[in-house]
Amino acid sequence: MTAEEYDRILQRLGREPSYTELGLFSALWSEHCAYKHSKVFLKRLPQTGPHVLQGPGENAGALDIGDGWAVVFKIESHNHPSFIEPFQGAATGVGGILRDIFTMGARPIAILDSLRFGDPNDPKTRHLIHGVVSGISWYGNCFGCPTVGGEIAFAPEYAGNPLVNVMCVGLVRADRIFRARAEGVGNPVFYVGNKTGRDGIHGATMASATFDEGAEAKRPTVQVGDPFTEKLLLEACLEAMATGAVVGIQDMGAAGLACCTSEMPARSGTGMTVELASVPQREEGMSAYELLLSESQERMLIVAERGREEELRRVFAKWELDAVQIGEVTAGPDLTVRHRGDEVARVPVDALAEAPKYEKPYAAPAWLKELRAFDPLALPAPADYDEALRALMGAPALASKEWAYRQYDQQVGVNTLVLPGSDATVLRVKGTRRAIAVSTDGNGRHVFLDPRRGAAMAVCEAARNVSCAGGRPLGVTDCLNFGSPERPEILWQLAEAVEGLAEACRALELPVVGGNVSLYNETSGLAILPTPVVGVVGLLEDASQLATQWFKAAGHRIALLGPDAVSLGGSEYLWTRHGKQGGALAPLDLELERRVQAAVRAAIGEGLVTAAHDCAEGGIAVALAEACVTGKTAIGCEAALPAGMRADLTLFGEGPSRVVVSVEGGRAREFEALMAESAIPWQWIGATGGARLRLRVGGEMVVDVSVDHLEHAWRNGFERHMA
Amino acid sequence: MRFGVVVFPGTWSDCDFHYVISEVVKQPVKYVWHRDRNLADLDCVVLPGGFSYGDYLRAGAVAGRSPVVEALPEFLAGGGLVLGSCNGFQILCEAGLLPGALMRNECLQYRCQSTSLLVENVDTPFTRALRPGQVLTMPISHGEGKYHAEPETLRALRQRHQVVFRYATAAGQVTRAANPNGSAENIAGIINEEGTVLGLMPHPERAAESAIGGTDGLQIFHSLLGSLVEDGTFTKR
Repeated sequence: MTAEEYDRILQRLGREPSYTELGLFSALWSEHCAYKHSKVFLKRLPQTGPHVLQGPGENAGALDIGDGWAVVFKIESHNHPSFIEPFQGAATGVGGILRDIFTMGARPIAILDSLRFGDPNDPKTRHLIHGVVSGISWYGNCFGCPTVGGEIAFAPEYAGNPLVNVMCVGLVRADRIFRARAEGVGNPVFYVGNKTGRDGIHGATMASATFDEGAEAKRPTVQVGDPFTEKLLLEACLEAMATGAVVGIQDMGAAGLACCTSEMPARSGTGMTVELASVPQREEGMSAYELLLSESQERMLIVAERGREEELRRVFAKWELDAVQIGEVTAGPDLTVRHRGDEVARVPVDALAEAPKYEKPYAAPAWLKELRAFDPLALPAPADYDEALRALMGAPALASKEWAYRQYDQQVGVNTLVLPGSDATVLRVKGTRRAIAVSTDGNGRHVFLDPRRGAAMAVCEAARNVSCAGGRPLGVTDCLNFGSPERPEILWQLAEAVEGLAEACRALELPVVGGNVSLYNETSGLAILPTPVVGVVGLLEDASQLATQWFKAAGHRIALLGPDAVSLGGSEYLWTRHGKQGGALAPLDLELERRVQAAVRAAIGEGLVTAAHDCAEGGIAVALAEACVTGKTAIGCEAALPAGMRADLTLFGEGPSRVVVSVEGGRAREFEALMAESAIPWQWIGATGGARLRLRVGGEMVVDVSVDHLEHAWRNGFERHMA
Repeated sequence: MRFGVVVFPGTWSDCDFHYVISEVVKQPVKYVWHRDRNLADLDCVVLPGGFSYGDYLRAGAVAGRSPVVEALPEFLAGGGLVLGSCNGFQILCEAGLLPGALMRNECLQYRCQSTSLLVENVDTPFTRALRPGQVLTMPISHGEGKYHAEPETLRALRQRHQVVFRYATAAGQVTRAANPNGSAENIAGIINEEGTVLGLMPHPERAAESAIGGTDGLQIFHSLLGSLVEDGTFTKR
């Protein structure tokens, strides 16, 4: 907390705050809780739309998906704790986002993890990957929610600041959504779930600072998770909600009890009084300060309907969890905290909720111009394109992530129609014909070179992944991972990236219904690549009309939809082959992006395509190779790509709005007619079949490689680092 | 056929079994709370997957001593059948209703993947709709699925044809490479001497619809229904 912020508290209270009160302000006014550096930008994001049932400001966002159902989803970071203690950091990241979903009354049906690490060759990074993946596996598997997707990418900038972003999706009846409100003066306030200990105190403030050499010393600020208790809490909360006795409910996440007891009444224009001595405790002699700020996991605050306390107690007793009345809703405006009868804090809830907002100066970094001016074509073209492609398929960022996801239960709930390993995961909605498609995306290298376009491309790609599965994108959740906002160049990255997200979301008509900002991702002055991670949820009205990315049989024709424009700037090829990070990104035409995605969905909906795959990192050569090798049995293909550019640019250049599809020969005419209607650039480029991937550029055969070799490289490229 | 799906604190395949039995197999089914000892109105009790009591002592250790499991011998004596999958198999071993134990996977990691199962014994109420030597595809999802038993127990299991499923290749070869967790003799599922209690690590409920990983798991339910009709239990009750 700064001196100015302290003065602001003096002004607001008209007196010196007590030690406990100061603790409340310090936690709730932290960047993590209050978004004081980012709020000014976040309001630029579109937040409304015809499907939106709940936008930002609650535990999670909610969208109407028809037939009386709503999907509740959010992405959140647990970066700082995961660097200090990877297993528990990642595990409690999963636990936190699960609670955000089921406090809304939704049953969690899917987890996706977007992870970023340094070089997997580095033993320290390997340790972090092992810890994070086993932490996710432990918590998600024990809790019983399938982990169905996400990404893992690598860059040296993440070595001292790995990113662990976890997205959760839940389902709820659209008219049964619960909110974090403290309504009804006189209603009892219940503490439910795990007992409170000293773990995680100052978690929120720890996550609002950069690291230096002594980061590991902050280990006591990492919480410890208990997925079994979380599972009981889930069942108990949903059962309690079904009784009708629950008025409002909020997860005790960052800043624990302090956060819930101030945010819930602040949203409802009420106040609250609580007696801390009533809080179930697992350690002796905890102070008021510790009880308020503990971030012990698996706890909720519930405002119940007066007179129905017994119903609530009965449900929690059945699940062998504490449910203790610790206070009641008042007319306001204060949060009054007592400890063994003594008043230890009395603060207007609005004062806690209204953290200062900063509009700090920002400016583009001077070094960016030179970096962007770098011409990748000044580097020599590869002599052996077979080898270049094989190396790219085996690069850790592109290689199979089966090593990670086979440690995750992907199927519990029996909803998973498309398992991890395709562009998007597809989950059915039981009792309806519907399904949802989910994907996360975010390329830090692209955003580093061009924050605005790179962020817009992240939205486009996540949405394109969903479209490639046959889903109509409905909404977005985003997690903005950046360095310290106190540096003008970082704040500029954030401002530009949010603008890019906003532009793309507007163009694709995607409301942003929730998310999270994680700043201060720096260690000893080195910031991460600016990494907005975008999660998109889409709807398939008919679950049987879905598509996957791999070729299904020989003899299908292959088409490339979208523009020809690509660039090696910021590409995976440039990094993997040349160790360079520079150049300009390909142009992005948002209107064309929208049309390409609509065309892909229409073709899938008509049953015309047998595979659809987004061209992303590694360009069209990698997209085709992935379509060949990621299915149950590898299938070769032959394609001729247009001349006019150097072959490495044609093959490995990256650009938005491009999708590869396969079409059965007998449906080619229908497909052509549909594409003509769609008014998008497209072309036939080849056909599936054989055991080799053969690519011509301008008539010359430049790649002719066995798909078995490609598959081997792809299967082992990541796993060989983890053994 | 009347099914009961047991719910322990921490069970998570309960809803999946309930869904498959009621919506796919179209049979009456109800949840049975872990404190319930009354199983009188059931023909088959299912112990589903999950982490009962968090698996905090050993997988299945606490649930193996719960009221509902203590009521199983009497239920079996009355002609009932018990199917334990995943955590359910672990619980049955912990309760002594099946021999052996399930230990941490040899790779020391959790494994969720598709497996091929060689069917070795079709002379059970759970497998009578199958052919010997048939290969079924069913997923596993566990961290502690390595079947372990003393050599004499393994020998007895072999002699009495109590090994029902072994992990195998898609072609039915029982190989080391096809063994996902290091189980002794690739054992994936066993039955008790009386042929009334089946335990298996794979998840038949996750292989009961073509849209969700195939229908091989359904064969177990079809076998059960066939058994019941044929031996007259269905009409008797």
